[in-house]
Amino acid sequence: MKRFFYVVFFVIILNYVANADIKLGAIFSVTGPASYLGLPEKQTLEMLVEEFNKNGGYKGEKINLIVYDDKGEDAEARKKFLRLIQNDKVIAVIGPSRTGASLSIKEIAQNSKIPLISCAASKMIVHPVQKFIFKTPQSDELAVEKIFDYLQKNGKKRVAILTSQDGFGDTGRNALIGESKNYGIEIISDERFKDTDKDMTSQLSKIASKNPDAVVVWGIGPAPAIIAKNYKQLNIQAPLFMSHGVASKKFLELAGSAAEGIYLPAGRITVVDKLPNNDKYKPLLLDYKKKFETEFKTPVSAFGGYAYDSFMLFKKALKVRGKDSSKIADALENIKGYVGITGKFNMSKDDHNGLGKESFLMIRVKNNNWEIVE
Amino acid sequence: MQFFYSGVTSGSIYALIAIGFNIIYNTTGLINFAQGEFVVLGGMLMYTTLSMFGLPMIPSFLITFITMFIVGIIFERFFLRYVRLKTETNLIAITIALAIIIRGVAMLIWGRDSLAVPPYVEDKTIPLIGGSMNSQSILVVFVCFIVALFLSSFFKYTKYGKAFRACYDDQIAATICGINVNMIRMFSFAIASFLGSLAGALIAPITFVTYTDGIMSGLKGFAAAIIGGLGSFWGGLFGGFLLGIVEAFFAFTFPSGFKDVFAFIILLLILFIKPTGFWGKKKAVRV
Repeated sequence: MKRFFYVVFFVIILNYVANADIKLGAIFSVTGPASYLGLPEKQTLEMLVEEFNKNGGYKGEKINLIVYDDKGEDAEARKKFLRLIQNDKVIAVIGPSRTGASLSIKEIAQNSKIPLISCAASKMIVHPVQKFIFKTPQSDELAVEKIFDYLQKNGKKRVAILTSQDGFGDTGRNALIGESKNYGIEIISDERFKDTDKDMTSQLSKIASKNPDAVVVWGIGPAPAIIAKNYKQLNIQAPLFMSHGVASKKFLELAGSAAEGIYLPAGRITVVDKLPNNDKYKPLLLDYKKKFETEFKTPVSAFGGYAYDSFMLFKKALKVRGKDSSKIADALENIKGYVGITGKFNMSKDDHNGLGKESFLMIRVKNNNWEIVE
Repeated sequence: MQFFYSGVTSGSIYALIAIGFNIIYNTTGLINFAQGEFVVLGGMLMYTTLSMFGLPMIPSFLITFITMFIVGIIFERFFLRYVRLKTETNLIAITIALAIIIRGVAMLIWGRDSLAVPPYVEDKTIPLIGGSMNSQSILVVFVCFIVALFLSSFFKYTKYGKAFRACYDDQIAATICGINVNMIRMFSFAIASFLGSLAGALIAPITFVTYTDGIMSGLKGFAAAIIGGLGSFWGGLFGGFLLGIVEAFFAFTFPSGFKDVFAFIILLLILFIKPTGFWGKKKAVRV
């Protein structure tokens, strides 16, 4: 009798393995401090895979999605990645959600020849380019280019920057200083702030005394909202620009009326309802928004879009070259003109992100809501 | 001049927290590292009553203060009282542990996002000589002075205030004189917790409130208390404003990335030159 059960057990297992032919792994920060990133990513990916399997899958083979939670920790992401490639034997991995985790597993992914499509923003993930490493979010540098492009068009040359003293602010500051020369912009003041600071009027009054044409603030969390208030308090007339890091309803709620007139670059999904009807991204964005919001009853965010694009890129690559890891990496590298949630992807040998600065829109706060400027 | 007003704005927040440290130090000789968390809880309770339940301002304040007063009592009654070996180090370590617990609970209840509390007085910019300040910040500065004045006279002139101080000087002698030391310890935590919530409620419209705020504001408030001299309310007030203004001054004159470095170098210098702080008192010990 016992033997019979063993046999049945193994038959079930074998059957399961035989049917789940395409194994796709994913690592997201579903819980922990970055759960606001990881949760919508996981939900989006599961939704897409289910849909894909329902529609017949790839040549009749279904995708078996294995999602692990790294809890926002780099070491955990490493462990989970090793489990995915050694035990689960997946052919590609989507994620992780965070830059640190992505950087910590990128070498193993490259060495074990498993394509990794990261959902984290840092340029360092795909720069320098490695054959098996890709990412879908826009780099912070693109947001800087978008702002400078706008400033240049409006003839604003003397710019003051105020950046936060953390990873996000450092990346922004380097990009702002580095890119300024390419756009003929002069950085006349380079100030910093801490996320925990309560009042930034000292830095701002120093900036105001230099009379800049525009001020760029780079930070996330509550501090940029305090800066917006201080900016109004000091009555500085130069237009205020912020990073895509504040493109959330939360920022509008915190800063209130002080947010009026602030410019920022943001992904299309933030302003999907306000896009003109001829926008080529709009139908796709609306479709995703509707599906996501009816299924999960939470507002759609840009983060889920990263997972959306990752899966779509994977699907495209799978359809072109089949379910071999190296071939998928080859195919990913050659994807051109894929219009996704985040933007239009034109992958190449030297660019494993494939997005340009037009993946950002310039938006402005008006009546405590967003308004598309460009 | 704007740096001065900026310094006064953040300095008044440090000062209120420093005063909270001083109350507990004045009666028990302990440093309560959960003071910053009391501030956060105060802000969050204000958010809950005012923004979530939509209560009017006065009941919101009352609920916040009474809740925090009780939290202070629970804090002392249940956690500090049952420590077997009541050495100062043990008790201080427990306040650190409680700070971490409060932070975790606050995160679970209120989430990771910053919460905005509506302003109490009309939100406008008050122009002053060479700069400007927000009306909310002026309210905080005002309350700071009232609290310091009230507490220092309470501790100096009233019978109960003297009993609090007696506990600090010598607990055994105080017990012999008929002072209920246990009650006094309990109330010192309750008052400190109440004051923390006052600070938290007042600053929430200016700086918003996030569950991690307690770490940095606790640290800055502690530094302010040290500069002014532990145990002195006017010292705490002075230390807070000094720290805030020095920070803002360095942010204004030097690259602002280094402002904390300079501010804490000043703290070190003060401790080298005057180890008891500006208004610190020495415990007289008979040899």
